[in-house]
Amino acid sequence: MHRASRIVSLSVIGLVALGACKKKPEVAPAPAEQPAPAPQPAPPPPAPTQPTCDAACVEARNNAAKAEAIRAATAALTTTIYFELDRSDITDDSRAKLDAKVPVLSQNTGVRIRIAGHTDSRGSDEYNLALGQRRAAAAKRYLTDRGIDGSRIEIVSFGEERPTCTDESEGCWSRNRRDEFEITGGQITAVQTSSR
Amino acid sequence: MTPLFRAALFVAAITTIPITGLAAQDTLRLVLRYDPNTKPGVLVLRIPGVNGDSLRAILQRDFDNGDRINVVAADETGFPDAPTAGKNGNYPLYAKLGAVALVQATPTATGLHVAVHDVAQQKVARVKDFIIDGAPNSRDWRMSVHNVSDELEAWVTGARGIAATRVAYVHGLRNGRMYVVDSDGAFPTPVGDDSGVMSPSWHPKGTHLAYSVVTARGCCQIYVLDLASGDARRIEAVGGGLNSTPVFAPDGAVIVYTHGEESGTDLFATTVFERGPARRITVGRGSDNTSPTFSPDGRRLAFTSGRLGHPEIYISDADGTNPQPLTYSVGDQNYRANPDWSPDGRLVAYQSQQADGSFQLNTISLRDHSVKQLTSDGSNEDASWAPDSRHIIFSSTRTGSKQLFVIDSESGRWRQLTRNGGVRLPAWSPPLTR
Repeated sequence: MHRASRIVSLSVIGLVALGACKKKPEVAPAPAEQPAPAPQPAPPPPAPTQPTCDAACVEARNNAAKAEAIRAATAALTTTIYFELDRSDITDDSRAKLDAKVPVLSQNTGVRIRIAGHTDSRGSDEYNLALGQRRAAAAKRYLTDRGIDGSRIEIVSFGEERPTCTDESEGCWSRNRRDEFEITGGQITAVQTSSR
Repeated sequence: MTPLFRAALFVAAITTIPITGLAAQDTLRLVLRYDPNTKPGVLVLRIPGVNGDSLRAILQRDFDNGDRINVVAADETGFPDAPTAGKNGNYPLYAKLGAVALVQATPTATGLHVAVHDVAQQKVARVKDFIIDGAPNSRDWRMSVHNVSDELEAWVTGARGIAATRVAYVHGLRNGRMYVVDSDGAFPTPVGDDSGVMSPSWHPKGTHLAYSVVTARGCCQIYVLDLASGDARRIEAVGGGLNSTPVFAPDGAVIVYTHGEESGTDLFATTVFERGPARRITVGRGSDNTSPTFSPDGRRLAFTSGRLGHPEIYISDADGTNPQPLTYSVGDQNYRANPDWSPDGRLVAYQSQQADGSFQLNTISLRDHSVKQLTSDGSNEDASWAPDSRHIIFSSTRTGSKQLFVIDSESGRWRQLTRNGGVRLPAWSPPLTR
């Protein structure tokens, strides 16, 4: 949890300038029932020590920071995790990636995701469908064990039917043994913009 | 051990010797022709009429593909069409060529009149008028002719041939469509409208195909296609989650399939043509249990299970009780999958992973658990038995992209069935009439 928020905030600081114009579609349509938490109704006097940034400037900067934080949270939530051959155990590397998803899900309770399990091309086509399902289920269990409501997480398997690459090499096989995460409902609106 | 079987083993041993400059298939054919005494020789006489040459070619190829008959080649121009008996008759000439039987076919208004001659006895052993349906060289017409081949093979060898059968398969390594091809490779034909098809499986009467469909939303739902009407129906009792590898029970009324949600996959059963509940069969406790196949009497199932850590073939009663490993050996972590129970009940064919990662086809005897490896070139998967419990269709990378091949499990002789790349998951039909 701690580590996750730090990752988010670091990326926010680093990329604040880029944020405003990137990945527009993800922030554009504000959900009707929950209007985006208003970017503070223009606090009158801007900081006197920053004469170059007026109220509009601060608002723009805040918006940019928030947009970037949303982008980073979305990236964390949809980051792919990878598996060892014929295994569905969560690796250490995957654990960190899943840990980063937990705060995003817990702060945005309207967000729903689909986890799709995939396998490499080796093994039986039929057995691989089952293995992909087990991989998706393993990631779901990891998230629900950390307090995320299971009804928000759909799991499916594609077995070896949707590879990201088709070479017969370990480099490619290892990229195909994966869980992909897709946002299927709701929007990420709440983000931790600072943890200092 | 029967003499025939001993001869087959001898042939198999010879074919493993590589001969430089020859394709493996050429080698097999040469060696098999070299030892004609393993099979009865049959000579198909020239058939009169405009379609005579096609008819004769189909009969000869069917006999050859059946691997129980040695097709005696003869230059027709050198021999009279009709055999003649007696002291100056020509039966001895046919005997000298190695023929024990002659097939003499004559076109009639409705089909084919066939006489089979016993060369040693110098007389006609059996006659029959066969009906041949459809326009010459059409799909139906060829199937009618294949039925003639199969019956003649039964007259000569005692075992019905497998020419009048088809193979269902998936064309496409992703988003594949279901096809059906004749046993001799003729008429590869798309069936149904679905893409993303996997694991086609025949109804025991050959009237329907069950299969699963992977969509953009993942794997899978189960459908049954009526081959006569072309209508596909989703099996509603199956529900959500993963549903794959359906197979019909021998009674044709029930399918067993794999269903999984969040704790592994297990085998379930439900009725196909009447709506009924889904009933759980295996208790895999979070492991994967898939690719079921019925014993021919319908009382037992073999399936792939990962319950001991990696996939192996298991057997249980049809209701899931008494599960036992069939292929497990302690310490061996390579995996085995995709069983198919032979129609005579004696063997289970499956694929076994090798140290190099490829799969090879094996059979295991249910009587003494003895294992026989059938393939060694490329990676070979998805074994499905022909109705003769002797031939197996499978997918293989031996010539590059995945194609379907037929292997004779007794001699090791093989032939390529499909020729346009990326096909897999074959299922051999029961005997068909049309």
